[in-house]
Amino acid sequence: MPTTAPHALSDVTASDSTLRRFLHGLPGVDAVGLEARAASLGTRSIKTTAKAYAIDLAISMVDLTTLEGADTPGKVRALGAKAVHPDPTDRATPATAAVCVYPDMVATAKEAVAGSTVKVASVATAFPAGRAPLAVKLADVREAVAAGADEIDMVIDRGAFLAGNYRKVYDEITAVKEACGTSARLKVIFETGELSTYDNIRRASWLGMLAGADFIKTSTGKVAVNATPANTLLMLEAVRDFRAQTGVQVGVKPAGGIRTSKDAIKFLVLVNETVGEDWLDNHWFRFGASSLLNDLLMQRQKLATGRYSGPDYVTVD
Amino acid sequence: MSDARLSVFKTYKLYVGGKFPRSESGRVYEVTDSKGKWLANAPLSSRKDARDAVVAARKAFGAWSGATAYNRGQILYRVAEMLEGRRDQYVAEVADAEGLSKSKAAAQVDAAIDRWVWYAGWTDKIAQVVGGGNPVAGPFFNLSSPEPTGVVAVLAPQESSLLGLVSVVAPVIATGNTAVVVASEKAPLPALSLGEVLATSDLPGGVVNVLSGRTAEIAAPLAAHQDVNAIDLAGADEALAKELEIAAADNLKRVLRPQPVDNWSADPGTDRMTAFLETKTVWHPTGSLGASGSAY
Repeated sequence: MPTTAPHALSDVTASDSTLRRFLHGLPGVDAVGLEARAASLGTRSIKTTAKAYAIDLAISMVDLTTLEGADTPGKVRALGAKAVHPDPTDRATPATAAVCVYPDMVATAKEAVAGSTVKVASVATAFPAGRAPLAVKLADVREAVAAGADEIDMVIDRGAFLAGNYRKVYDEITAVKEACGTSARLKVIFETGELSTYDNIRRASWLGMLAGADFIKTSTGKVAVNATPANTLLMLEAVRDFRAQTGVQVGVKPAGGIRTSKDAIKFLVLVNETVGEDWLDNHWFRFGASSLLNDLLMQRQKLATGRYSGPDYVTVD
Repeated sequence: MSDARLSVFKTYKLYVGGKFPRSESGRVYEVTDSKGKWLANAPLSSRKDARDAVVAARKAFGAWSGATAYNRGQILYRVAEMLEGRRDQYVAEVADAEGLSKSKAAAQVDAAIDRWVWYAGWTDKIAQVVGGGNPVAGPFFNLSSPEPTGVVAVLAPQESSLLGLVSVVAPVIATGNTAVVVASEKAPLPALSLGEVLATSDLPGGVVNVLSGRTAEIAAPLAAHQDVNAIDLAGADEALAKELEIAAADNLKRVLRPQPVDNWSADPGTDRMTAFLETKTVWHPTGSLGASGSAY
């Protein structure tokens, strides 16, 4: 695996100073404009057949996640079964994109979703803090890949990023990308809630993409501020501009805090209006969520039957 | 300084989840007194308001049903206290809404306040009346206790705007249920004002949610809603009640059919409480069975 990106921007990553100059040369973010744009796109009314399509699409984009200290093999198996058949009473319901678990649960999850289209994603690199030596992080990744993980969700070293040590973050992502090999796709988590500014989120997005991320992901779901329409819109703009400059398409995954179908549909509107239909597919856009799926299923039942459903008719996770 | 003062009209709003939202639909309708004179604009709720109210009621159910009966009694009594303090306002509203003289309206309001006190007393007594220990042929303690049904949709009586309303809402929440109340269609103002009393009576938000609008329009989604456990059809006419009962059968809701009530002031008995209670029976072994049999 080459450690530098083979595209028009490869000279940017030549040295620490070129990387810094490039990231700090990115245009500043108009915070008010960004939030206003995200809010105005959130007012679109999506009804009837469009809504049914959006709900099915959103279900197919869910990375059904359980990242608790109390995860048991039984819970992971139950999650796997739910990912394959989200609504057992309606087999026409699409399967979710993936289940997302800790590395030691990958083998269990893999078994639970065997024979289906559902992928197994694993968080790694000392998730969620990312405060561990590089060797430990890489071992974490290799274990997960060896256990059969199709996707690796890594966290960046926010401490190094905030200290301006971009090269260290870049090297770490490339090392993890190499550890993923050719079989696993790499999602890079920025933990936008800890990056303080929109400018930092834009820089982190470009840094992640330059280092070879297959996906850029907002957050771990473990801090107060997770995915918001504004920071997701900013990252969508980054992947759009990155493809325009290099021809390389990168996926986006907002994670944490998306709980209702209405929220999910707002994010799909953002995708369609910012990067277009190329990203309206679970290969390029995902939702990191757990409770969202139940709300999507209840809305789906409402559309099918005309009556409001309730939490008694979906699984308790 | 002139004596002329601009009128301050009251904006009547819904009471959902402890807050006072306008209808999601943005609609209102004109409420008139018995002679057709305009009184106020009330929110014309949509099915989405009904949905939001059910979500709020479901959220409130755990804490309310889990509160001690004693605590529920205190809170219901507090509602009566708050109502007493705003007695004049309710007398005026009921007189306008039902076309009653001031003294007759005052009698209605007094009866409504007394009704809250009456049900407040019942919260920690109903279990002894409808539950208890059952003698069984075996070495078991066998105990039955009444449990609240869950979220109850209540269609308030159309004619009696305050006393009738209190008479159907208080028994539902006294036993630990939470309620989504559809106010009388033509006289919703006392019900909407009751929300203001409930909000200041320590009653947790979401235990009672008050919607105003077309009864038939709001009741249909409530009757079909899978997360509503019971429905009181007091305010539905015969044709609507039949239709709603059919919709309610889908998830086996408990249905209380409309019952003719000539005089809401009469002693209500416990029927309206027991209608929304379920009996839980527990078998508990009395102890180990030795070779010589039970110790009991």
